[in-house]
Amino acid sequence: MEKYIFYVLAVIMIVFAFASVTSRKMLRSVIYLLFVLCGIAGLYFLIDYNFLAAIQLTVYAGGIIVLIIFSVLLVHHIEMELEVAKRFKQILTGLACLAGLGVFLYTIYNHDFNVIENSKTTTTAEIGSKLLSYEAGGFILPFEVISILLLAAMVGAIIIAKGKKLESRSKVLEEGSEKE
Amino acid sequence: MIFGVSIYELLTVTSIIFFIGVYGFITRKNLISILISIELVLNASVVNFVVINKYLYPDMLQGVVFSIFIIAVAAAETALAVSIIINLYRQISSVEVKDIEVMKH
Repeated sequence: MEKYIFYVLAVIMIVFAFASVTSRKMLRSVIYLLFVLCGIAGLYFLIDYNFLAAIQLTVYAGGIIVLIIFSVLLVHHIEMELEVAKRFKQILTGLACLAGLGVFLYTIYNHDFNVIENSKTTTTAEIGSKLLSYEAGGFILPFEVISILLLAAMVGAIIIAKGKKLESRSKVLEEGSEKE
Repeated sequence: MIFGVSIYELLTVTSIIFFIGVYGFITRKNLISILISIELVLNASVVNFVVINKYLYPDMLQGVVFSIFIIAVAAAETALAVSIIINLYRQISSVEVKDIEVMKH
């Protein structure tokens, strides 16, 4: 049963990924991406990583997709069709990608993976204690670094998106202080 | 692990998604489409981390922790990219890659 679910998910993901990079309408390609992300969340559910699946659904399908949809609606006319590369360049790129895929698959199928049969379920508490442990093999330092990175990125995003308005206001403030 | 599904099939699916992302990255001429392609590539790599952790080292959690970090960095990157795109659109009214070179001057 799980096998067939996996095959269905795989077909859905590949078809919608391809549709998302070839669609001429931008909003549609974002929605196709949403389907791919949901398929990946289903894959996580299948391999028993429920926490990761929940993160995938909330952060990717909930957060990032909404951000991209907002940006599409802000900068784009909905009826406009996108420009794509010339046909020759498309074929050339497709061939190069197929060649790269061939190399990948050749390497994967020639490598003998040392697979361990298991049906171990990872609980969220285990992941949390691994993230916050400061003993050997713990991830407390990268965890703190990633929180600083997120804060810095969000502040940077706000400042970049504000752009000119902030500048002109500080200029006004400077002029005001010069007068005094 | 998924019973009846070998690691080879999972890695095949992720490789295909990765190369679809690369194809989109090269052929699309729009900043937001390029962002979508980057998301595809990142997702394929995250699934690789998770699958290899589950199939080869089920007692460890490194793969899961690293995929959480990758997802966090991807979220930060997307927020920054979207803000840059919106700012760009305000200044030059376009999000095509060929128009971006005016930013150099």
